[in-house]
Amino acid sequence: MSWMTLPRSKRVQPDGSDPAGSAAADSAGRHGGSSDGNAGGPAPRKPRWRPLGAQPVGVLFSAPYLLFVLAVLAYPLGYAVYISFHDFFFTAPGVSVPKPFVGFDNYIAVLTDPAVIRSFGNILIFLVINVPLTVALSLVLANALNRVTRLRTFFRVSYYVPYVTASVAVIGVWLFLFQQNGLINSLLGSLAPEPSWLVNSWLAMPTVALYVTWKQLGFFILLYLAALQNIPEELYESAAVDGANKWNQFWNITVPGVRPASVLVTLLATITGANLFTEPYLLTAGGGPDGASTSPVFLMYRTGILQGNPDIAAALGVILVIGVLLIALIQRRLVGGKEE
Amino acid sequence: MAQTLSNDDEATEAPATDRRRKSDVVQERHKLRPGSLILLAVGAFVFLFPFYYMFIGSLQANPDTSVAGAFPQPGNITLQNYTNINSSINLLKGLINSGIFTGGVILCTVVFGLLVGYALAQLSFRGRGVVFGMMLLVQMIPFQLLLIPLYVLIVRDYGLGDTYLGMIVPFAINSTAVFVFRQYFLQLPASLFEAARIDGASELRILWQIAVPLVRPAIVTAVLLTFIGPWNEFLWPFLVTKEQSMQPLAVSLANYISNIAATASNPYGAILAGACVLAAPAVILFIIFQRQFISTNLGSSAKG
Repeated sequence: MSWMTLPRSKRVQPDGSDPAGSAAADSAGRHGGSSDGNAGGPAPRKPRWRPLGAQPVGVLFSAPYLLFVLAVLAYPLGYAVYISFHDFFFTAPGVSVPKPFVGFDNYIAVLTDPAVIRSFGNILIFLVINVPLTVALSLVLANALNRVTRLRTFFRVSYYVPYVTASVAVIGVWLFLFQQNGLINSLLGSLAPEPSWLVNSWLAMPTVALYVTWKQLGFFILLYLAALQNIPEELYESAAVDGANKWNQFWNITVPGVRPASVLVTLLATITGANLFTEPYLLTAGGGPDGASTSPVFLMYRTGILQGNPDIAAALGVILVIGVLLIALIQRRLVGGKEE
Repeated sequence: MAQTLSNDDEATEAPATDRRRKSDVVQERHKLRPGSLILLAVGAFVFLFPFYYMFIGSLQANPDTSVAGAFPQPGNITLQNYTNINSSINLLKGLINSGIFTGGVILCTVVFGLLVGYALAQLSFRGRGVVFGMMLLVQMIPFQLLLIPLYVLIVRDYGLGDTYLGMIVPFAINSTAVFVFRQYFLQLPASLFEAARIDGASELRILWQIAVPLVRPAIVTAVLLTFIGPWNEFLWPFLVTKEQSMQPLAVSLANYISNIAATASNPYGAILAGACVLAAPAVILFIIFQRQFISTNLGSSAKG
């Protein structure tokens, strides 16, 4: 940064009416607090007096991103909480109608709705199947992939292909595979469930969980593959010298070695589960049969947008997020183990 | 393909190759064991078969769900399904809409992401810590909480329903991509930029002429990471677009599955034909650029 460019970029801040830049500058006061008072000092080498740091243009470079975060993420986040505590309804743009504060009414409406309770139960079923399956399969496959040198690229690509493909597209083929007289039931013959997978109230949610596990596994394999690179080879070497077999090595070196990744994988799998929408909407035709595979987000869509009760839907969203946080904390305790 | 394959293997296996000479024990560990290979092959079959079946199913004149139907039957092959789905939902229009939606998000992510990534890595300014903290926090905000307020704001208040802008805005800058940019810019030596600054180059020029050419792989990675989001996104564009002429392909195909398919003569054939068209761009892109989508990139970005 040359001396000449400094005043020009400094001017950005005063007339920069965007709340993002100034908010950042305010809350970051700890960075450049030392004002020596020699503001007019002739020595350009001393960067200390500059109120916005050595390269104030950084504020300008960050401004679009900050604006995006504040306008599209932070503000709606607060707005969600606001909506959930008010009697909120859709109005035509520009029309101002009082939307009174109603306390916890929306939350009570959510928690006393049997459909909501059912959807949370469904998510629990989903998590119980999806999370252990995801962790176990992705770790085992990543471990095998890590040892193979030939065909490695082929395997890796084939694993993440489902992850990069649109859910709507692969749901099409799952519907075809799992329909009443689909290929899966043809293969199973007389063992085929009756009624079929996606219209069976006992099997609908497990099938959704299986689908999501299959769809997301490639991403988690890549995460584990990265974590496996961090385990020092010497550990395996000395374990082998001490006579530990493959199984012992896997259980005592690999599993503890990738524990941080496991925490991340369980967390991300839980968030995915809480976000289920496309699968119950399309795979089981709107959370069927009879609500056996509804998800909270699907109910948010139904109550909030189809039935025009955004306040109740927002309250459901807040409760859902709190629930995810609680589950994430419990998982962290369980998976994080001794290191915590 | 063979070239990239061997390159990739060398890159990821290099440290192991060194160690391999150390002892026979380690050498044994790296030997291709049949157990692992069978496991991997079964995995690959489970992952790839539905895609193969998607393609076969899209070509069947009469849906054949028997085991024999999983193999191509010369008498049962037709392109009629593609014509059928195209007459119900305009595939080309859907692809164009998906492309504009995805392209808009990628453009915003690359332009603004490079700016903020460079600032976070190589510029010292007040508030840098806050921006960095925000970038990490943002990745934890669950979209379902934003669903209702964003719908109220964008569709109801600002009237951006059935517009590309309304689709793009919530996804405009991918924070994971920002993180990837920052990580790559951090690896560049600061002295490189000091020299340019002494020569009087503006920061924008330094970024564009020095930094960006050095982080081309980061841009490919970020584009790939960002691409998956909007191209495959269903819920948000589904809420924003009511007019079929504005719907991305994922939305119009989903509407076909849930509303129109029941009345078609060969619904699965048409659905699978649409699914192939929707899946093909992503699958082809990721096969071509598979080297840029490797574990280390993803791992570092997701570790936070």
